[in-house]
Amino acid sequence: MSAVFLGLPTAPAGVGHLRGDRPFPAAARDALRDGQLRANLGRATATIRAKRAAVVGEVPDWEALRQAGAGVKRATLARLDEHLLELEARVTERGGTVHWARDAAEANAVVTGLVRATGAGEVVKVKSMATQEIGLNEALAAAGVTAHETDLAELIVQLGEDTPSHILVPAIHRNRAEIREVFARTMPQFAGPGDAGDLTDDPRRLAMAARAHLRERFLRAKVAISGANFAVAETGTLAVVESEGNGRMCLTLPDTLITVMGIEKLVPTWRDLEVFLQLLPRSSTGERMNPYTSLWTGVTPGDGPQEFHLVLLDNGRTAVLADEVGREALHCIRCSACLNVCPVYERTGGHAYGSVYPGPIGAVLSPQLTGVEDNASLPYASSLCGACYDACPVAIDIPSILVHLRGEHVEAVARERRRPTPEALAFRALARVMSHPRLWRAAQRAAGLGRFLARGRPTLPAALPPPASAWTRTRDLPAPPARSFVQQWTREHGA
Amino acid sequence: MRVALFATCLVDTVVPQVAMATARLLERLGHEVVVPPGQACCGQVHVNTGYRREAVPVVANHVRAFAGARRAGVEAVVAPSGSCVASIRHQQAAVLRRAGEHGLAAEAEALAGRTYELSQFLVDVLGVTDVGACYPHRVTYHPTCHSLRLLRVGDRPLRLLRAVRGLELVELPRAEQCCGFGGTFAVKNADTSTAMLTDKMADVLSTRAEVCTAGDASCLLHIGGGLSRLRSGTRTVHLAEILASTGDTVSPGQGTAPAVPA
Repeated sequence: MSAVFLGLPTAPAGVGHLRGDRPFPAAARDALRDGQLRANLGRATATIRAKRAAVVGEVPDWEALRQAGAGVKRATLARLDEHLLELEARVTERGGTVHWARDAAEANAVVTGLVRATGAGEVVKVKSMATQEIGLNEALAAAGVTAHETDLAELIVQLGEDTPSHILVPAIHRNRAEIREVFARTMPQFAGPGDAGDLTDDPRRLAMAARAHLRERFLRAKVAISGANFAVAETGTLAVVESEGNGRMCLTLPDTLITVMGIEKLVPTWRDLEVFLQLLPRSSTGERMNPYTSLWTGVTPGDGPQEFHLVLLDNGRTAVLADEVGREALHCIRCSACLNVCPVYERTGGHAYGSVYPGPIGAVLSPQLTGVEDNASLPYASSLCGACYDACPVAIDIPSILVHLRGEHVEAVARERRRPTPEALAFRALARVMSHPRLWRAAQRAAGLGRFLARGRPTLPAALPPPASAWTRTRDLPAPPARSFVQQWTREHGA
Repeated sequence: MRVALFATCLVDTVVPQVAMATARLLERLGHEVVVPPGQACCGQVHVNTGYRREAVPVVANHVRAFAGARRAGVEAVVAPSGSCVASIRHQQAAVLRRAGEHGLAAEAEALAGRTYELSQFLVDVLGVTDVGACYPHRVTYHPTCHSLRLLRVGDRPLRLLRAVRGLELVELPRAEQCCGFGGTFAVKNADTSTAMLTDKMADVLSTRAEVCTAGDASCLLHIGGGLSRLRSGTRTVHLAEILASTGDTVSPGQGTAPAVPA
C-alpha cells in the first residue's frame, strides 16, 4: 500500500459545476432516448475525428512530440510550487496582480469583488473551462453583474439557457436548425433584413447575426474575464488560443482584464510552450494552427487593458497532484480529442457526465477534484476501450486511471460501510472460488446445470433475475455446456 | 514446442469449444499442448471493477498454475483472448506488487513475457500465417479493443484469415469502434453498452457476412448475444475455431448452440 495523505481539500460542494444530480447510468439513459441528440453527436464527432486523424497523421514525429508534451507536464508538476511563485513574481513585476484562490467560492469572491470595484454592471467573457467549473456566471449574477459569453458556441448555450456538453464545442449537441431557433427567439433584432422569421439556418447567416449581437457588447464592455490555455512562468506571460477572434476582442478592448487559471496550466519556459502550440490545435479542432494565439504579459501602458488580475485556482487540484496514479490527469490541455473518439461520449453526450468536464478526461478529472465519492459512477462510465489514451496528445493513460479510481471507490465504500455491498460480497466469493481450483471446478459444474434452464434451446431465457437481467434484456446468453474445457480435456488426456 | 494453454475462465466455462479448437490447432501445427489443471482466471474482472485487493489470490493462483507448467518444460503460454493476455502483461505484476507480493510479482513478470494471444503466437513466435485451415464462409473480422490497443496485434488476425482456404473476408465498417462489452460495463451501464452494440451490429449486418469473428470470446459473446436476439442469422465464431477448421467439421457458432449436447 502506498501512503496517502488525506489532508488535502477537494472542490467544495454547493458551488460550481463538477457534480451531477444523478448517477451516470440514469442520466445516460435519458440522453440515449434522444434520437436527435445521437444523430447530432454522431455526425459532429465523426467529422472532428476525421479532421484530427488527417492532421495528426501528417506529423512524422507525432509520437515523440506527444511524449515531449507528457514529459514537460510531468516535470512541471513535480516542481509546481516553484513555478507558480516564479509566475507570480513575473506577473507582479509587469504590473499585474496575482490572487490565490483555494477553491471555487474563493475564486468567485475575488472576481466578483474586482468587478464590483470597477463599478461595471456587465462583463464580456472569453470561453473558459475554469470559470465554468467554479460557476462564475452564477456568482456574478448574484452580485448583480451580467456576464456575456462571447465564444459563439458558448453564446448559443447561454442564450438557449442550456449547459455546455463538450469542452471545445459546448453546443455540439445542437444542430443548426436548433441554433436558428435559439437566435430567432433571443436576438431577433440581429436576425438580418426583415424580422427574425427571415433568419435561415445557413451557418454564415447565423454567424453574422451573432457577430452583430456581440460587436455591441465588445465596444461597450469595461471588464473582460478570461481563462488561460497556458502561462509561461519565466516571463509571466498568459496565452489564449482560439478560432474566432472574439477572445482577442475581450483581451484587448476593455480597461480591466481578469484571468482565472487552474494552477496546473503553467509551463516553465517558452520552449515548453512550443510543444503544446503544436499539439493542441491538431488535437482539438483538427487544424495545423489555430487562427488566433493571444499572448500578454502584465500591463502595457497605453495599450490594451490597464488593469490585469490573475486568479490562480486550486479547487481540488493539489489533491489530484497528491495521487501518484491520478495526477497524470493534470497534464490535460483541454483539447477534447478523447471526447471525440470515445464511443460512450458519442452515444450519451456530455450532459450525462454531470460535470463541466465530460467524456473520458472528465471521468478521471471530476471524481478526483471532488473526491471520488461525489462522482462515484463516472470511473465506471467507460468500456475501457482505450481509444482516449491513443488520442491524447499528452499521453494521459486514462483507462489505467479509471481502473485506479474504481479501486479507490470500492475501498472507500468498504471503509465507510459496516456491511459489505452485495457486489462486494459477490466479488469476494468469486475471488475465493477462482483462487481454489477445486472450488472453481465445482462452481463450473454448478454453472453447467444452468443449461437445463434453456430446456434444450441454444440460449437461456431472456427473463432472468437481476443482475443477469441487465444483460439479457437486450442480449441472449448461450446455454452453458455440460462440461468445461478443462473437464473435457482431463477426460481425454487424464489429469 | 511444448505450449501451455490458458483457456480463460469465460471460454473454459461458457464456450469450451474455443479452447478445444485452440488446442487442436496447435497440435495440428506439430506442438505439444498441456493444460495446467489449476488454472482459473487471470483476475481482470476483479481489477477492472475495482476489486484489486480481492484480485490478489486470483492472480496468485494463475501465476502458480502456470509457473508449475514452466518448470515442466513449457516454453510459452497461449490464450485465445487479447483481453486476458493484456491483463497478464499489464496488470498482474502490479496487482501483486501493490499487495506486497514481490516474489510472486517477479514470477508474474517472467510469465507475462512468455504469454501470447493466439494470433501473436502464430505469426510472431511460430512464424506462420497459413495454418492449413479451410472455412468456406463469408466472414467479417472485429478487432477487439484490447488486442488492438493494448497488445497491438495489428493485422495479424487478418493475415491469418486471408490464408484460410474458401474463406471470403469482408471488411467491417468502423471496425475499430468498441462493441460495448467492457466487462461489468455491459451490466453497470447496460443502456450505453446496448447503444454501442446496436451500432456494431448494424455494421456487421451491413457486410452481409455469415460469420463475425474476433480474437476475444467475451466481445463475441456480446455481439453474438445481440445478433441472436435479433434472429439475424449472422453468427459469431472465434478466430481459433476458424483456424482449427479443416472443412470437414461444421462449427456450430459460438453463442447459438451448446458445445456439448446436454
